[in-house]
Amino acid sequence: MHPAFLGLLTIAIGVGGCVAYYFFSNWVLDNVLFPAKGPQAGRNINRANLIRPWLFLFPAMIALGLYLAYPVIETLRLSLTDRDQDGAFVGLANYMQMFGEPKFWEAMRNNMLWLIVVPAMSTMFGLLVAQLTDRIKWGNIAKSLIFMPMAISFVGAAVIWKLIYDARPEGTEQIGVLNAIYVAFSGGAPQQWLTLPIWNNFFLMVVLIWIQTGFSMVILSAALRGIPEETIEAAIVDGANPIQIFFKIKVPQIKSTIMVVWTTITLVVLKVFDIVFAMTNGQWSTQVLANYMYTQLFVANDWGVGSASAMMIMLLVTPILVWNVRNARKEMR
Amino acid sequence: MTDLKLTNVGKTYGGAVEVLKDINLDIKQGELIVFVGPSGCGKSTLLRMIAGLEKITSGELEIDGMLVNDVPPAQRGIAMVFQSYALYPHMTVRENMSFALKLAGKAQGEIDEAVNRAAKMLQLDQYLDRLPKALSGGQRQRVAIGRSIVRDPKVYLFDEPLSNLDAALRVATRIEIAQLKEQMPDRTMIYVTHDQVEAMTLASRIVVLANKGVAQVGSPLELYERPNSEFVAQFIGSPAMNLLPGEVIETGEQTRVKLAGGGEAVSHYPTQASDLGLKVNVGVRPEDFETCESDELFAGEVNITEALGEVTLLYFKADEGQEPSIAKLPGIHKGMRGQTVKLTAPADKVHLFANGTSLLYR
Repeated sequence: MHPAFLGLLTIAIGVGGCVAYYFFSNWVLDNVLFPAKGPQAGRNINRANLIRPWLFLFPAMIALGLYLAYPVIETLRLSLTDRDQDGAFVGLANYMQMFGEPKFWEAMRNNMLWLIVVPAMSTMFGLLVAQLTDRIKWGNIAKSLIFMPMAISFVGAAVIWKLIYDARPEGTEQIGVLNAIYVAFSGGAPQQWLTLPIWNNFFLMVVLIWIQTGFSMVILSAALRGIPEETIEAAIVDGANPIQIFFKIKVPQIKSTIMVVWTTITLVVLKVFDIVFAMTNGQWSTQVLANYMYTQLFVANDWGVGSASAMMIMLLVTPILVWNVRNARKEMR
Repeated sequence: MTDLKLTNVGKTYGGAVEVLKDINLDIKQGELIVFVGPSGCGKSTLLRMIAGLEKITSGELEIDGMLVNDVPPAQRGIAMVFQSYALYPHMTVRENMSFALKLAGKAQGEIDEAVNRAAKMLQLDQYLDRLPKALSGGQRQRVAIGRSIVRDPKVYLFDEPLSNLDAALRVATRIEIAQLKEQMPDRTMIYVTHDQVEAMTLASRIVVLANKGVAQVGSPLELYERPNSEFVAQFIGSPAMNLLPGEVIETGEQTRVKLAGGGEAVSHYPTQASDLGLKVNVGVRPEDFETCESDELFAGEVNITEALGEVTLLYFKADEGQEPSIAKLPGIHKGMRGQTVKLTAPADKVHLFANGTSLLYR
């Protein structure tokens, strides 16, 4: 059968199945289990209404349980067992082993670096672009261009930037933009940018900043537009210059939005994997937690330590996630 | 001496849409000038041009004898109170009020003194450390006024400052503004409103804006008693002045007009012999009508009555497409619907207009 046809069939079965489930389960509830007639009609209606929300939530709860809750619990269990002892319970041995590995601490250190630099720079550039493009005619074109990297997958972006950082032997023509510029201006030898310790971390971060700036720009641009115009005019009359207006009137008014953007990007950063995997695979001191986990789980096949590092990431993400969701809810109110 | 002078001031948007042209105004120090006009007449735009928030596209604006067309708002010696108050939501009342002084680099002691003095004046002392969102509408309004006062500007600009308040608070705040003006007799205030009562009670002079220009400038009672056009006559006063078509039949110190509706009117407007036969509109304010037995100016069948207690409004039947005539009679008049009422008005309350212009201002 043609794959497109198969796809359509899948959609039809999926959507039809959902509709059928909701329709028939509701019908059974109202007509078979608790019919709204006979001597118990009132009681039956109340009972049906008590059950109905659970009936409708059931599929979502199953899906969440199967694909979210179960993996978390299973990962926790695996992190406490050992591969070499046939899955025997070993307590915190895997964690101890992980904490003893320099590669893990390298990943922790790099993750912290990412955590500070990427959200800060993305938010700052996003805010800058949002402000600068606010009132100009071609602002929307500029914003579209800056937003575009959002549509590129992390791996795709990594490939693009790998080309930018590309190095050819000295004397040959450089196809990497960075080396081309570097060689042309400094006259020195081309650099293997991704192998320069510490600096290569920042070269990797640039990729994520490039992608996330579009996101923060869109959100912050909307927030800036939401600032009452009259407060800005009042500030002008009060004698504030454009820079004072920006920092003393505009930024404080969108502070909570800035924090939501910041934490949302922080969450992306904590999970960063694709960029590092595709560009250096953690070599030259660029390891990050997610890639460390991947290496342990699928390259070394050590599910114990791999799961332990997964739990570590979850532990770091959770408080920020909770804070972020709370703040976003507050925004909506 | 802080005089404000506008010479042939005009405003055009995008080189094509003209909203104001050839505005000439001479505002003396200490005056409270009110801009009124129908919505969209450009009264707020004119105020914003004086503030420096809108560019003046033509003409000259002088404050204190100095051309300020291109002077930034903060250096014009003005302060503005916005319709929505425009308080900085992230700053406390104290910070809101001291913001301008801080930007101007004033010493902290001086700032505190100015803020405390203004807060006392506006009874805001207890609220200085609150955020605007924790204040009521009236309090926010007072903070907005306080923010202007601390800067001690030469000219205060008010852009419909009371329109967001409820009716009772509006009256109270209106009186507060009047008292504020009394405490600062040498400060000029320019006040934009669409509310006639505010205009009539506050203004030392009213500027009526219409058709991109100034329709009439004068004291409230001048505009009420001697409007220069049908527009001003109908704009000032509520309900609007009745206009009844007629023809001049006797001229002199007083003028006699035969009305198309059958009655006759005598007006205190003087006319010349050459005006005999002139087509005019006779203007009578609803409150100037009196009932009479004979020699009526106007007779009509009452269509609707509105009893307001102190007065009763009578709306008369009118031909299709014509504004109904309205009379405002003191006291309560019940059961007048369907009756024919004869009305007259004293000669000194009868206005005459030809081609939209008052015969007094020919």
